[in-house]
Amino acid sequence: MRLLSRKATCNAHGQDSSYFLGWQEYEKNPYHEIKNPTGIIQMGLAENQLSFDLLESWLANNPDAAGFKKDGESIFRELALFQDYHGLPDFKKALVDFMAEIRENRVTFDQNKIVLTAGATSANETLMFCLAESGEAFLLPTPYYPGFDRDLKWRTGVEIVPIQCTSSNDFQITAPALEEAYLEAQKRNLRVKGVLVTNPSNPLGTTMSRSELNLLVNFITAKGIHLISDEIYSGTVFSSPGFVSIMEVLKVRKCENTEVWKRVHIVYSLSKDLGLPGFRVGAIYSNDELVASAATKMSSFGLVSSQTQYLLSALLSDSKFTKNYISENQRRLKQRQKLLVKGLKKAGIICLKSNAGLFCWVNMKHLLGSNTFEAEMELWKKIVYDVKLNISPGSSCHCTEPGWFRVCFANMSEETLNLAMARLKSFVDSMTMTSSHQMLKNSRKRSLTKWVFRLSFHDREPEER
Amino acid sequence: MNMLSYKASSDSHGQESSYFLGWQEYEKNPYHQLQNPNGIVQMGLAENQLSFDLLESWLENNPDSVGFKRNGESVFRELALFQDYHGLPAFKNALVEFMAEIRRNKVKLDPNKLVLTAGSTSANETLMFCLAERGDAFLLPTPYYPGFDRDLKWRTEVEIVPIHCSSSNGFRITMPALEKAHQRALKLDLKVKGILITNPSNPLGISMTRNELNLLISFAMAKHIHIVSDEIFSGTVFDCPNYISIAEVLMDRQLANSEISRCIHIVYSLSKDLGLSGFRVGMIYSNNETVVSAATKMSSFGLVSSQTQYLLSNMLSDKKFTGKYLKENQKRLKKRKQMLVSGLQNAGIRCLKSNAGLFCWVDMRHLLSTQTFEAEKELWKKILGEVGLNISPGSSCHCSEPGWFRMCFANMSEETLTVAMERIKDFAQSVTSTRNRKITMYHQMICDQRSLINKWVSKLSSHDRESDR
Repeated sequence: MRLLSRKATCNAHGQDSSYFLGWQEYEKNPYHEIKNPTGIIQMGLAENQLSFDLLESWLANNPDAAGFKKDGESIFRELALFQDYHGLPDFKKALVDFMAEIRENRVTFDQNKIVLTAGATSANETLMFCLAESGEAFLLPTPYYPGFDRDLKWRTGVEIVPIQCTSSNDFQITAPALEEAYLEAQKRNLRVKGVLVTNPSNPLGTTMSRSELNLLVNFITAKGIHLISDEIYSGTVFSSPGFVSIMEVLKVRKCENTEVWKRVHIVYSLSKDLGLPGFRVGAIYSNDELVASAATKMSSFGLVSSQTQYLLSALLSDSKFTKNYISENQRRLKQRQKLLVKGLKKAGIICLKSNAGLFCWVNMKHLLGSNTFEAEMELWKKIVYDVKLNISPGSSCHCTEPGWFRVCFANMSEETLNLAMARLKSFVDSMTMTSSHQMLKNSRKRSLTKWVFRLSFHDREPEER
Repeated sequence: MNMLSYKASSDSHGQESSYFLGWQEYEKNPYHQLQNPNGIVQMGLAENQLSFDLLESWLENNPDSVGFKRNGESVFRELALFQDYHGLPAFKNALVEFMAEIRRNKVKLDPNKLVLTAGSTSANETLMFCLAERGDAFLLPTPYYPGFDRDLKWRTEVEIVPIHCSSSNGFRITMPALEKAHQRALKLDLKVKGILITNPSNPLGISMTRNELNLLISFAMAKHIHIVSDEIFSGTVFDCPNYISIAEVLMDRQLANSEISRCIHIVYSLSKDLGLSGFRVGMIYSNNETVVSAATKMSSFGLVSSQTQYLLSNMLSDKKFTGKYLKENQKRLKKRKQMLVSGLQNAGIRCLKSNAGLFCWVDMRHLLSTQTFEAEKELWKKILGEVGLNISPGSSCHCSEPGWFRMCFANMSEETLTVAMERIKDFAQSVTSTRNRKITMYHQMICDQRSLINKWVSKLSSHDRESDR
């Protein structure tokens, strides 16, 4: 008899993908300005390290929040015992207000509809358990975050069917692509329960347009299915067009309290906007009472530490702080993205025009040996091992076209980013020289043949360059 | 089409049980010494509130641990970014040493075999995902913690088959009971993947004997199945016999590197020993590399907050503190348990002799109107509604005999416990006196009838004429 479950012994956790392998290579030889200046620079981790000083200064001015005190009185006992899966009321209130603020108060949220979970990882898996049976499917636009292969499928048994997006229209979702994905699922005998989008997109770094969002609403209405909008990067939108949440579109279309309104669920987290992935704070927001109720019970399997709930409820309740943080953080992200885009341009590399996220979607098709995923892997290995930059290949994000890479910019200092850009430029230059050297060699071969030919014909012509 | 999954729309989360319903009643009308002295006293929550002062004093003396500082330097950034599912190394080191200390250092544990999870709720579910397929079964001795019906079965779709234990031998696990449960599973066409025990037991409050543990290991070896030992209450053992972990028995039997050692997994948590249920700190300890590896990846779905890992790694690394804490905590638990036991005794109620846990397993069979679960439900409702105590009925713990209840003692002040004991005494006396009155009335009724008949017979025989009454 098999001793362990299939889940424990197979590769369905998806962690053998290059996305995670590049990570491992980095761990073996990590760059350090002083201790290891020739090490691998981590550009595969979508972390936000740009605004910690703002958080640290708030903490220094508000020691009670971390010190288990409220108005000078100790509330340690209450917090130590607080394991109510309905979550700390003050924290939920502060969180929904923060979410509304990020959306410039064009939408507001009800704290009774929010469910706290240990990170968005937990939130996404929980929604799968609530909305689908094992063997059913969700449609996801490509390219998508590699982690979804584990988070949505592993323990739930749910399948992912891709909605193929292409560079021809900047990877936007189209109606034909949606229909095609739906048909594909049917062909595979999979019942589609919903669509899951990440908005702003990881790895594209773009916000969804109003028309895309409307398309999605039409699609899920027609098919009678769910829509999950993972808005984990909503606070990282740093330039126009601004962020349009699916909730806003529903509001504009006067969909409140309709059938479709109950089938739209938002996932959020403080890991990207606030740069606090270690604190494990995620949330599900749903207008469907049954979903909120079931998800609340399921959150028992991944509650947020009450110590952390209390600290962050104090932080996010400080509206002066949140207002300043949101705008300053976005300003810094914008500046840092510009630095990356410029650096890439100098190396003759362009990327998708982006207005959000902690990364750029970079076009390296012209550096491929051939327009294939094998060539993409070759290029990726060169960049990791020779250029010593860990970036994420598009294939790990299920992109349909080879040659795209996700390059992060918010998880390192300016100096390190500049160094990375310099390394990349040298690499591209050397590749160009190599190929023009190759061209030169090829032309020399050709002229030798000609000369031999001419010799044989007694002609004399000057040598070609 | 079904909009939601079966899991989301059915009752398979098991939260309709009385265990949770009593909780709800309490929430509506909670006892408070001043503000609501007639409210319901919560005796259904296995929390440890007896030693917070020790924790609070440690915190006061070690402000860096909450202030994200190490040796005066800020470690906020590192912690904010730390989401490595291998866990904070310093924390895991401190934890395995703390666990060893609780086991009187009879075992040595390896931090690389430890997987951190958001509470033991998460740990137990994760182990089910790792060890069993949907539709497989685990055997659990009854009575058991009601939460297992949700934690082990809900999303995993694993089945639980009970190993029935009875009061005839103090609810100890026996070989016949094990065999019977295994047979039952086979008859139900369920593949048994393992046994899950809670040691010390919830709700019994007793630690397992060496004999029981040996029995379990032999059984698991014979059937080629796993043992999950939930040792969440291991630090609450306050009386002899000393605590024996399954890890210790494995060592004593020289099975440390054997096949069976790779099938035995321990679950632990800081929710009961340290009373920190809100901080969500649980863990799995396993000698099986594959289990550790898979469980580590699965812990992504429930990691422990790095803020909390840092605080507790400092606290548990302070050996002076942990030694003092464990001893003092156990002393207080013992005293409080004794208070409950004597209070119950005063009310003519006995409980299972216990040496651990935050509760007693109380025998109220004599207060049942009939030896049935319906009568147990009646009694439970009376105690909740009229006496104003939320206690947990044995049926919610799947006990095979009606009349047993779990009563918690470590989640309230001494004064509140005293109030609860007075109430139960009054109640028990009223039940007894009502019963006595009923018996007296019944006897009286019979006597009256007899004397009436006698009078009538004697009148008839003496040809008297008197008007009938």
